[in-house]
Amino acid sequence: MQQVFQRPVSLKDVPTHFCPGCQHGTIHRLVAEAMDEFGVRERTIGVASVGCSVFLYGYFDVDVVEAPHGRAPAVATGVKRARPDSFVFTYQGDGDLAAIGTAEIIHAANRGEDITVIFVNNTTYGMTGGQMAPTTMVGQKTSTSPYGRDHAKDGSPIRMAELLAQLGGVAFSARVAVNTPKNLMDARKQIKKAFRYQVEGKGFSFIEALSTCPTAWGVTPIQANERIGGEMIDYFPLGQFKDTAQWKPQPPPPAPVEQPGALSFPEFMNEI
Amino acid sequence: MGRIEIDETRCKGCGLCTTACHLKLISLTREINVLGFTPAVTTNRERCTGCALCAQLCPDLAITVFKDK
Repeated sequence: MQQVFQRPVSLKDVPTHFCPGCQHGTIHRLVAEAMDEFGVRERTIGVASVGCSVFLYGYFDVDVVEAPHGRAPAVATGVKRARPDSFVFTYQGDGDLAAIGTAEIIHAANRGEDITVIFVNNTTYGMTGGQMAPTTMVGQKTSTSPYGRDHAKDGSPIRMAELLAQLGGVAFSARVAVNTPKNLMDARKQIKKAFRYQVEGKGFSFIEALSTCPTAWGVTPIQANERIGGEMIDYFPLGQFKDTAQWKPQPPPPAPVEQPGALSFPEFMNEI
Repeated sequence: MGRIEIDETRCKGCGLCTTACHLKLISLTREINVLGFTPAVTTNRERCTGCALCAQLCPDLAITVFKDK
């Protein structure tokens, strides 16, 4: 028996503080796998945000800077400009990136900073008790919208991946989900692609990952997972919204040329 | 064939692995682990194909997968 699934090297072997069914753990793993794939762990500097993702430094085996609420892209800008050889990513929730940090993310993206932003969208402020976030769905009940989000009063959820894709500085923008194995495999590919943009110095890359918050939504983890596939993907469609570097697929390696009259290996061994 | 090992001290009993297994070999037990959750256990282990989809969906990396090569 051979082990076919194991913990990525970039992820420390410690239990997480996340609630049961919270997909932060899954997204952490995908990010760590991408780091392992490109071999950038030794020169990676992560920028953590405020929210449930705040304990990033305890889980990733990389250097981490803790940013004030919403300011992770601004801090990441400074880190990347001061140490251009480092690999810089931010990991932010929707209350952090889409609410208090809107100015920072939009201007960092528009400047085309060479950083990668992982945005985890669970349509609520999970850590502080499930308040309404800019990404909360219309009609969704939260602790600050007990009758459901009202479109006339509170507006509609922000689609950050589409919004940022319109900016000139953005090189790559995609939305992924990790609710089913198929979506998860696709998410892995997109996160690796976003990392590749920075590894090759091709500019700002942005990943929006749809996630659950069973505790704040008040449902079981399995129901929460089903909500992503039903309600959320309808409003937040998955896919790439901008992909400026069209990498050509690698050509297959040339087939070994058969030498006429050459002996096969067993024949060769018999000859000598 | 395959084999999975579920780390009971890490499992939080969310049950996402039970939805991933298309052979329905994983279920939640009623016994409580050190974290206070009801962890996942495997039944009919000999039917496991080692596809690792349960481990892919596990947010807590509690599942290790082995497979015959």
